[in-house]
Amino acid sequence: MNRRRQNESVESFLVASQWRLMWWKFRKHKVAVFCTGLLVLFYVMAVFCEFVSPNDPRERNSGFIYAPPQKIRFVGQDGFSLRPFVYPMKGGVLDENWIRVYEEDKSSRIPIRFFARGDRYTMFGFIESDIHLFGLEDGESLYLLGADHLGRDLLSRILYGSRISLSIGVVGVFITLLLGCLIGGISGYVGGVTDNVIQRVIETIMSLPKLPLWMGLSAALPPTWSPLQVYFGMILILSMMGWTGLARVVRGKFISLREEGFAMAARLAGATELRIICKHLMPSFFSYLIVSLTLSIPAMILAETSLSYIGLGLRPPAISWGVLLQQAQSVQVLAEYPWILSPALFVVAVVLAFNFVGDGLRDAADPYK
Amino acid sequence: MIPVLIAVSVLSFVIIQLPPGDFLSNRIAKLQLEVGTPAAEEETEALRQQFGLDKPAITRYFIWVSGLLQGDMGRSFLYRRPVNTLIWERLALTMTISICSILLSWLIAFPIGIYSATHQYSFLDYVATLLGFIGISVPAFLLALLMMFGAYSFFDVTLMGLFSPEFASAPWSFAKIIDLLKHIWIPALVVGLAGTAGTIRVLRGCLLDELGKQYVITARAKGLSERWLIFKYPVRLAINPMISTIGWLLPTVVSGSVIVSVVLNLPTTGPMLLEALLTQDMYLAGSFIMLLSTLTVVGTLISDILLAWSDPRIRYE
Repeated sequence: MNRRRQNESVESFLVASQWRLMWWKFRKHKVAVFCTGLLVLFYVMAVFCEFVSPNDPRERNSGFIYAPPQKIRFVGQDGFSLRPFVYPMKGGVLDENWIRVYEEDKSSRIPIRFFARGDRYTMFGFIESDIHLFGLEDGESLYLLGADHLGRDLLSRILYGSRISLSIGVVGVFITLLLGCLIGGISGYVGGVTDNVIQRVIETIMSLPKLPLWMGLSAALPPTWSPLQVYFGMILILSMMGWTGLARVVRGKFISLREEGFAMAARLAGATELRIICKHLMPSFFSYLIVSLTLSIPAMILAETSLSYIGLGLRPPAISWGVLLQQAQSVQVLAEYPWILSPALFVVAVVLAFNFVGDGLRDAADPYK
Repeated sequence: MIPVLIAVSVLSFVIIQLPPGDFLSNRIAKLQLEVGTPAAEEETEALRQQFGLDKPAITRYFIWVSGLLQGDMGRSFLYRRPVNTLIWERLALTMTISICSILLSWLIAFPIGIYSATHQYSFLDYVATLLGFIGISVPAFLLALLMMFGAYSFFDVTLMGLFSPEFASAPWSFAKIIDLLKHIWIPALVVGLAGTAGTIRVLRGCLLDELGKQYVITARAKGLSERWLIFKYPVRLAINPMISTIGWLLPTVVSGSVIVSVVLNLPTTGPMLLEALLTQDMYLAGSFIMLLSTLTVVGTLISDILLAWSDPRIRYE
């Protein structure tokens, strides 16, 4: 009985497709699997940020300037309640050191509800609603991560910001993929002088310090552009420098694969060059491409954050993690209101997750090893 | 090498030319408001002449490059001084920080990498791996910010600048250099940490490959002490990739030092480049970009030469 089961598992291993083998191997890297889940969660929240965030990220509230994070409580002065609640915040006046001080009003409690009604929003341009995933029962603003210098809810701003910060990585990587595959493919497949020239160009770009160039190029974006135009301009600038690594991978694989038996067989069978490339060469190094792409997304996210932070990338009213971090430039402000730095936690979490997933994918990319 | 520098100069010039409303045309527009005053007309004409505004872009490029070769990088409009006089000290400091951070990151990475490889899958190996991942994931500017925040709120120290106040504008002296060394390790550490993580991974991987080879087993069989055995051969071989990676480490480190200087407000290229870009003082910005790139390319070349020197197996044909 036991032996039969063993045989079956060996058999299923032998007939399993490449992708299935990769999945089995990837599954063993527990951290990578967990991080994949985390990233999916982040991206889902970014897509539905209007619904997930408790407040309108642009609504200013002069009564809650630099309000500290509210604590979610289950136990209060008058006992335990299963429904979480917060105490309303009072104060907000400047003390003798010019620091805003808030205190909790423990006499009343405001319950937190799922699917609570709050600020109105329009999602994807056509879904109008005022129902949020969670919020306060009385429709007031909930400050789970505190408020910024205009009394805007930081958590909502981070969630809206994730839409820009996270998508910049994906869209940018898509352009990187196009450029890298095209140029790397030509370089590897054509060879000769073309290959030589392209390789020298890649070496040139790789040997330049990227940040000063990015700074120069993004400073050249016209100040009259709308946030959307700046967003695409940034993506273009970031991917213009980022395709080189990918092009190298693609070229290396092309050179080693085009002389393989199966490519020769396809050629002898009369397949066109394009068919050989798309049908036979591409799938055999696709897994490497995915690894390389997963590892270049965080680089894009970091680049956007850094540029926006120093004021050369996206500018308010656009909301991105880098724009949010602009507020954290003064150490004095940071020391008094440290929650202003919380967008950084999200940046680090996402980048770390991408790195772990990339690590797991790299181990899984060659399942026959 | 030379083609690379030409490419860099074209790129820098494009960046100089890109902004639609640059400092110069603003200035000319302002001068033209005072039409009639002969001084204004004269200055406009002088500016046009100097920068060849009436000529096509290619001609202007050659004017700029020939100036560059003679050591004339144009004028900074913001500071109203030749770019030459502003740029060199800051560039030198940027390069000092970059080199220090590479050295520092090696100093940290060597012991950790060797330990990780010789104690593979031990607890400390996992700790080093995790720290390495975190080091890659925390952007340099954030690390600088965190250190500044920590120093300010726990020790009440402001981590800013590269010199103590009494040395900031003093001429160079031995005491000033000592003062510089006292301050430089913080930015160097912050900049180097991302590279450190990568270097640890590379060193660990290479050393693991080497440790499995037969000559190690032979040496062990002959009764060589473990410490001597590791340092005598495998470590020496595993170090080679580290020298060859200076090529791609240097651009990262220079980028890192630019942004860290902005955060920590160091008297290096970072803040001045940012300021120049924000005020569209394009000759200053372009010269910075050009020189930073040039120095990085030269550094890469030196690392190639070092590699050929240190590893006799690699010789360029």
